Amino acid sequence: MSEHEQYDEDLALYALDALRGDDRAKLDQHLTACGSCRLELERLRADTALLAMSAMGPRPPQRARQRLLDAVAREARAPLAHDVARRPWWGWLGWAATAAVIVFALSLWQENTVLRATLGSASARQAESARQLEQLRKIAAPIIEPETQRVTLVATKTPPQPQGKAFYLRSRNSLVFLASNMPALPPQKAYELWLIPMSGSPVPAGVFKPDAHGSGSVVNPPLPAGLEAKAFAITIENEAGSPTPTSPILMSGTGE
Amino acid sequence: MADLYDRYSSVVYAVALRVLGDTGAAEDVLQEVFLQLWRNPNSFNAARGSLASWLAVVTRNRAIDSLRKRRPETDIEDVVFSVAPDLAGAAELSRAAEKVRGVMGAMAPAQRSALELAYWEGMSHSEIAEKTGEPLGTIKTRIRAGLIALRKAFQT
Repeated sequence: MSEHEQYDEDLALYALDALRGDDRAKLDQHLTACGSCRLELERLRADTALLAMSAMGPRPPQRARQRLLDAVAREARAPLAHDVARRPWWGWLGWAATAAVIVFALSLWQENTVLRATLGSASARQAESARQLEQLRKIAAPIIEPETQRVTLVATKTPPQPQGKAFYLRSRNSLVFLASNMPALPPQKAYELWLIPMSGSPVPAGVFKPDAHGSGSVVNPPLPAGLEAKAFAITIENEAGSPTPTSPILMSGTGE
Repeated sequence: MADLYDRYSSVVYAVALRVLGDTGAAEDVLQEVFLQLWRNPNSFNAARGSLASWLAVVTRNRAIDSLRKRRPETDIEDVVFSVAPDLAGAAELSRAAEKVRGVMGAMAPAQRSALELAYWEGMSHSEIAEKTGEPLGTIKTRIRAGLIALRKAFQT
């Protein structure tokens, strides 16, 4: 009996999660070094999926579908906490200034979190952080104060073009996206932002619906950590979002 | 997500219900599995197998965890398996279900029982041996032979 044959039966049990104790620990160790046994384990897992098919028949109640779609819509809305529609004055601002402040604020917040975690010897750093916060307030004052007069200048007689700006801070997994002049969407559709990684498929980076002025934003959608972005793109998808793009790319851009 | 749900919810729900035997608990697992997929669509790698098979495995694991009142032990990203039969459409799923039932029906009752206790009730091989009063080695052999019989049925 070869070393692999010795594990054949245990692999089947492992695939069913029916192998426990020392036998499992021994096989775990073997799997770290044996590619052919890992491959066989993957095949056996596929076999267990066939076993699952024997249960086919019962169908979920109708209400389950709506319950899921409601939950998905709630989560899809979460990244839109800073939606332009709710804070219309954001839409008046220059994107770069707004996003820079948001990214700076997020960075500072994250830095503060870390600081709090290592409080022991960090009082000096906290003082520095407070100083930075004060500085941020000063920088942001002309942007965030309600009495500020806000004016957007555009070329005369030029129809406004849809535009989007993505600000992606890979090291902190922070993404801020601001869009303007976006055309209105068909019912139950939304714009979906995609992060195009250096390799692999586009990664969903949040959905948004523009307000009456065509402005919209996505702030810090859930993203896999440390993903390097080659480009960003926009498609139109169902309002709940899609795991993969299902329509042509409307807008795209690489780094500046 | 609605499209995915319409296509695969019957697989997920049926598997969860078969394990848990309770419609409310099965519905909760159904929600959980699809929400996980929504939150982390990259956890499924289309190059490695069909989504139906992947969902079936993920659902069964979650349902067993729920049955045993334990915290989820398997992260969905960890569920890796090689290319399974293409079960993309309702017709393929229905044909697969029919075929699996045929293979299971043709198995010796003791072999079918060992497989089902492990798969649907989440029992370990020792627990199955204890329940059936048969040697551990016999249980191991029956379970592996059962899975291989299923595999062969889909290779022809």
